[in-house]
Amino acid sequence: MRDAAAIVGIAQSEYTKWGGLTRCTEYQLALETIVKAVEDAGLSVDDVDGFASFSNDRNEAAFVATDLGVPELRYAGMTWIVGGGGACAAVAEAAMAIATGMASCVVVYRSIAMGQFQRFGRALAGDVAGGRPMDAALGFALPFGLVNATVGMALLVRRHMHLYGTTREQLGHVAVTFRRHANRNPAAVMHARPMTLADHAAARPIVEPFGLLDCCLETDGADALVLVAPERARDCRRRPVYVMAAAEGSGPRFGCGAWAMHYMPEEDYATGNTARLAATLYRTAGIGPGDVDCAQLYDHYTGMVLLQLEDLGFCKRGEGGPFAASGALAWPDGALPTNTAGGSLSEAYIHGLNHVVEAVHQLRGTAVSQVPDAEICVVASGSGIPTSALLLRR
Amino acid sequence: MTRTPYLPPTMPLPAVTEDTRPFWEACRRRELVVQRCTRCASFRHPPAPLCWRCRSFAHEWVAVSGRGRVFTHAVVHRAPLPALEAAVPFTVVVVALDDAPGVRIVSNLVDAGPGELRVDLPVEVVFEEMSPEVTVPRFRVRRA
Ligand SMILES: [Zn+2]
Repeated sequence: MRDAAAIVGIAQSEYTKWGGLTRCTEYQLALETIVKAVEDAGLSVDDVDGFASFSNDRNEAAFVATDLGVPELRYAGMTWIVGGGGACAAVAEAAMAIATGMASCVVVYRSIAMGQFQRFGRALAGDVAGGRPMDAALGFALPFGLVNATVGMALLVRRHMHLYGTTREQLGHVAVTFRRHANRNPAAVMHARPMTLADHAAARPIVEPFGLLDCCLETDGADALVLVAPERARDCRRRPVYVMAAAEGSGPRFGCGAWAMHYMPEEDYATGNTARLAATLYRTAGIGPGDVDCAQLYDHYTGMVLLQLEDLGFCKRGEGGPFAASGALAWPDGALPTNTAGGSLSEAYIHGLNHVVEAVHQLRGTAVSQVPDAEICVVASGSGIPTSALLLRR
Repeated sequence: MTRTPYLPPTMPLPAVTEDTRPFWEACRRRELVVQRCTRCASFRHPPAPLCWRCRSFAHEWVAVSGRGRVFTHAVVHRAPLPALEAAVPFTVVVVALDDAPGVRIVSNLVDAGPGELRVDLPVEVVFEEMSPEVTVPRFRVRRA
């Protein structure tokens, strides 16, 4: 599906710490952000005929369409890719809807106000009941304290440390680099909070090998994007950003992912489950990792960024730690400026949709920390679970 | 130090389904069993209706020694559940079983001393009763 659709509108709400959104409901924040993204594109809500979201979005498309007064809803997608793995998949499925004629103008959206609902990814506390496949799997995880993603991803990263000698200090380089990017970004929740490697090393342990500063933020906020067909994109207000290639899926035996399952093949264990998607992306686009100008990678935990960098071919397997420590991820001088707005570790946790928005900024040339003349950006969603990824180009 | 039980009985308990019942019933007998395909003889865990290698639905349950090695580990310091406030820090380990090739089990290491926890550490199963219905397999360091 090369260049099947283009992103022509984007919007971000204000981002606050968890519980900070008090002026309106999470649902209103979704609606406001969708309206702003449509305006950014120079389109009207009357043009919108599709929606796509992910991770069992509470703000269901049927209500969104109703309250916005959408004249005709022709497509409403919710990807099965679990949790934060789904942001790029929602964009991919919007592009599929457009490419197949199911819809002509699709909005991808995500609004999370953790203060108004439970904190996302909160530990699962109840006894496991029921006959879903996931229930049987959870029965082999929850009684042992494998009750959330932090424990699950810590297990993968520990294995990576064992196999390749990855160090806590290398994880610290990821945290500090993304924080520096956030310190330049006025919208970032951690804009005014500098971080040093010493701060990272001294942070209290959460789940070894992760300390507090290895774990992403918990925030309130919303993002939205508008997609149309490439030929229509040329008439929109903004410079189009094309969905050059998209991929979603999983390697074998991941189930719902490492937050509950640890039964994947040994060679897949200490990876981000993104290598097969990367092969699809590069084959579809006819490019290689060396052609990518910047990256927006899912940073739920620092160590998982290293695994995803390896999956995407930016360094060899096992060399993610030294790659990050070399300064490669830093704007402006690194070989691959990554999470240039601060990512989930330091900008906001909009479940990875803010990573897509930042990629669009880079390719429009409107990023706060702009990579000079950026033409191609890779975006990848939650690693260590079934996931999704995009190559975007200007 | 060994604590009994290692994690509190208020931890979430597993669902016992048609697929998983033989595993949990064996634990109550203090026996670790693994599903094995009777067509291709490969082991699988967690239990599933069919063999993911050869797609046969025919299987048997095989008792294993309970010996294995730590494949990877984590140490939980911040209690993710109120029930765990008194249990932190505790370990979560993934154990590769010696006599069921390819099988890994998520569990805990109940007695690792400071600095002892490492990948490849030899371990053996122990059982802890969580409720009259549910006994779970945990692991201890295998000492010579
Ligand atoms: Zn078989």
